[in-house]
Order: sequence, then C-alpha cells, then structure tokens
Amino acid sequence: MVRVDGSSGGALLISARNLDKAYIRGGQAVHVLRGLNLDVGEGEFVAFMGPSGSGKTTLLNLLGGLDLPSAGSITVAGDEITSLSAAKLTAWRARHVGFIFQMYNLMPVLTAFQNVELPLLLTRLSKAERRSHAEAALELVGLKDRIGHYPRELSGGQEQRVAIARAIVADPTFLLCDEPTGDLDRSSADEVMQLLCALCADYGKTILLVTHDPRAAERAGTLLHLEKGALVEAARK
Amino acid sequence: MKFARLIWANMARGKVRTTLTIGSYAVALFLFGLLGAIQTAFNQGVEVAGADRLVARNKISLIMPLPVSYKERILQLPGVKCVTYATWFGGKYQDDKNFFPQFAIDTGTWLETYPEYEVPAAEWSAFLADREGCVIGRGTAEKYGFKVGDRVPIIATIFGGVWEFNVDGIYTGRRQEDDVTQFWFHGAYLEERRQWGKGMVGWYIVKVDSPDRAVSVSKAIDRRFANSSWETKTETESAFASGFVKQMGNIKLLILVIGGVVFFTLLLVTGNTMAMSVRERTGEIAVLKTIGFSGRTVLWLVLAESLAYAAQGGIIGLAAVKLYTLRGDPTGGMLPLFYLSGGRMALGLAVALLLGAAAGVIPAALAMRLRIVEALRRV
Repeated sequence: MVRVDGSSGGALLISARNLDKAYIRGGQAVHVLRGLNLDVGEGEFVAFMGPSGSGKTTLLNLLGGLDLPSAGSITVAGDEITSLSAAKLTAWRARHVGFIFQMYNLMPVLTAFQNVELPLLLTRLSKAERRSHAEAALELVGLKDRIGHYPRELSGGQEQRVAIARAIVADPTFLLCDEPTGDLDRSSADEVMQLLCALCADYGKTILLVTHDPRAAERAGTLLHLEKGALVEAARK
Repeated sequence: MKFARLIWANMARGKVRTTLTIGSYAVALFLFGLLGAIQTAFNQGVEVAGADRLVARNKISLIMPLPVSYKERILQLPGVKCVTYATWFGGKYQDDKNFFPQFAIDTGTWLETYPEYEVPAAEWSAFLADREGCVIGRGTAEKYGFKVGDRVPIIATIFGGVWEFNVDGIYTGRRQEDDVTQFWFHGAYLEERRQWGKGMVGWYIVKVDSPDRAVSVSKAIDRRFANSSWETKTETESAFASGFVKQMGNIKLLILVIGGVVFFTLLLVTGNTMAMSVRERTGEIAVLKTIGFSGRTVLWLVLAESLAYAAQGGIIGLAAVKLYTLRGDPTGGMLPLFYLSGGRMALGLAVALLLGAAAGVIPAALAMRLRIVEALRRV
C-alpha cells in the first residue's frame, strides 16, 4: 500500500517521515523537499513524476542511501538508514538496493557478463556461483547470447537491459530507476518497461521509478507527483 | 584476487598511456640497476676485503714503490701472520682496449694471504716451477679464450717490450664477488727482466693474526719506517680499496643524485598519469560506490592499479639490466665485477613499488572521498 499522508497502515517496506532536503546555493538555502512522507509496501511499483528540479532524483538518492536528508528519517525493511554510518550505509546499499540509471552507466572496459558480475564481487560467492548468478540475470533480461559483448557493441536498449541485470543480480530488496527510458527510442523504452513490470509482477520486486515519460509512468501501480517538495498521489491502479 | 580483472581492464583502456607509463618505470629501473651494478663494481674491493688484511703502500702515493727488504722487517712485528707483495705491471694484451690487471706477485706467500682464491694444486705447482709462467682468473681466461698451455704476449706499458708468459693455471674465487679477472706472474721474473726499479715492489699485503690487532699493527708498520726514504702508509684492505674508489670521485653521491632526480621525475609523471586516469573515470567510480563498493575498496583498486604499473615496469627494467650485465664488463676491463645482485634487484623492485604507491596515493584518496551524488550529477 502506497501512502503519502504520513499515516501508517499495513506491512511497509519503505517509510519516509518528514523528509527535508536543502542545498546551499550562492549562500542561500534552497529547499528541495519539505516535510515529505512516503510509505511503500513490498512488491509495489511506484512512479514519480514532476517538473525538472522538483526533487525527484533527490528523493531517489535519499531512498537509496546515496545522500542524507537535512531532516526526517527513512526506514527500509526495519533499518533506519538515515542513522547509519557511511560504511554501514555502503554495505546496506550493496545488499538492499539495485540502481538503474538513465545513461546505463556500464563500465565500458568490461563485458556484459563482467558488468553484471560487479555487485557479486562484494559478496562471498565463489567464482562459479558468481558466474551462475550473472548468467541467470542476463538470461532473465534476454541477453544471455551477448554475454561477452562490450557496452559499445550493444544498442542502447540492450545496454539498459544489462544495467537492469546488474541491478537485480544480487537480489536486492528494491530497485531505484532514475529515468531508465530517458535515453531510449520508443520501442526500446517499451521493452525496458515491460521488463520492469515483469520483475514486479513475476518476482515481487519493489520498484521506484522516476520518469518524465507518461507512457512509462502509466505502467506503474501508483503514480505520484512531486510538487513544491511534497508528494501528491495522482493515480492508482 | 577477484578484482584483478577490473584492475587489468582499467589499465588496458588506454593502451598508449599504459605502455608509456610502464615504459617510464622500466627505463628508470634499468638506470637504477645499471647505476647499482656500476657502484657494486666500484665497491667490490671494499666488499670483498679481508678484515684481517692490511695494505702497506708508499706514504707519498700508491704509484711510488717500496723496498723488497721491508717484507722481512714487517714479518718481525708482533701480530703479523704473513706478508706478501704485488707490483702493478700495467700491460695490455694485443690492444689498448684489452685491459685486465696484471700483478707480479710473491708466489711463496700469495695464496696463504688470499685463501679465497683457488688454483688446482697441479696447476699451481706447474706455475711455481715455471719462471715465465702465469695464472689467470677464470673471467679473463674465458673472455680472451686463454687456456692452460697457451703462450700469452703482454705489451708492457711501464717496463717496456713484449713479455711472453706461459699459462700454467686458471684460478677461481670461492665467492661470486671475488675478482677473477687478474693475471699473476712471478715477482722474481719481473725483478730479473726489468731495466729499472730493481729491488722495489708495489705494495705489501699484511695478514694479521686477529682483525682486532689491525689498527695496532698498522701503526707499528708505519712507525717502523717513519723518517726513512720510503715511509709507509698502512691501512686495512677495506680502507685501501675505499680510498682507491674515492680517487675517481664520490661515485656513491653521483649515483644517488642521478637516481634521485630520475625517480622524482618519474613520481611526478606517473602521479599525474594516475590523477588523469582517475579523473576521467569519476562517473565510473561513482557508480562503483553506488552499487556498494566502499571507499576503502575503491582506494585499494586505484592503488593496486598504480602498483601494477610500477611492478610491470620495474620487472621489465630490472630484467633488461640483468640481461645487460650478464654480457659482462661493458668497459673492456675497468669494471671487472660488473653484475646485478639479487639483493639489488629486490631493492629495485621495492623502490618501484614504493614509487607506485606514492604516485597512486593522492588519486586513490580522492577516489575514496568522491561524493556519489555530485559525481553522478556530472555524468
């Protein structure tokens, strides 16, 4: 169940309370998020829309433990991540969050397989286990036949699918997608969105998606608008 | 190491830059090894000097002789175990560039004073029985193809004429660093043939019964011949060899200065290369940290890359200089013991790794402290 009013209810995976985020620009504090509340249940697919500069990416960074709020708290699966040390937050990220970026952000010097294997290098898995997991992830995104290809040898849609495989290979608690279709043509964007929907529907992955694309957003179970630093529910399936 | 592939992939992304960086290390370490081999060659006399041996020479200069009669008078001093002498012959074989040291020696006491040299008993006996005989070090014998039974003509630059010798023996050293380039012949033969300076020898080598008595025996020898026409200056063999090297200038300082300048320049160049390399990968490092690589892991990845450059360049440079030194003395005789020791190679590799660490530490620290959100914004 997704809520933005701060009232609790049901089993929650992510719970953000009274989030504030302000940046100092030119000696002045610019408030991007003001008293934001968000509750997301397990297996939800939530899309965030809003004008540029409304704080969508900032919210994603906070939920993913990449940045700390100026005030407020975030709890994920019982862990209050806003009180974790930097080292613990890094370990938490590796275990719980899969990131998907607009520009794919694959390592150009590594093959598709090696890119997908990267998060597994931080685990205690053996080489054979890492190989098996990475191949499974690539098979899931339909790219097992491109395992030895470098990013430059793949199309944009394929690169993004490799990035999705990298995000899911360590079986994270939830996925954060920052405009994953923003750099793709319509057909590739549809493929990527289809894949994300399948991950949510078939594998129960919780997905938080930031997008400017209404067609991508309408695939989500819940659509939230970010306006003046706060969330407003726009649609729910 | 599971991160090796990532490190290697990062190194391989700029093949020209990687090649040039490794090449810089290789050239610097080649120079390090070469200077080390030269220093070793210059210091060889100091390093192999016997702690129980003294050298008594003319107080005025090494090139001035001493009377042969001093031998018996030195022998009478307390603490003296045996005395031998040598005279520099200064000849050449066929050509100016064919240089090796020739000494007219006191054959009766020579091997007793220098037990580190080994000559087969039969060959030594043949030498003692042959007034025109000579014994040659294995290094020189191999270089010029001399073998027992050969007759070797030496052009005498000091005493005049061409002197012919019979090769009666080949000597070797017990240790790798022992000088096996010398050419020994009878002092009596020199005395018989030379036209001037009869009754004189070059210097005395005095073996004392205990190294603890080296200083007192030295002083006793010099006192004994004080105010004579041929005053002596006696010192340990080590000090004598050291003084001999110093005549050519402060080789060690020269080598340190050259090496220091080269390594400092290398540090600046490779440090800049690593900094550029890391700066170009800001986005990728941010992604690594995003997916869970800790700052410390990123630090080690960058440092490992810098160390890998250093190790590869160091190994190539040291291997190249080792091969070069295996060809022997490049000067045709001035550096008879020109070689690169295992210890010097290990030191070279350690220096290379130290430089690699120094060159990588600042870029690695910057990568470790990189703020993910700001870096991703720039991607």
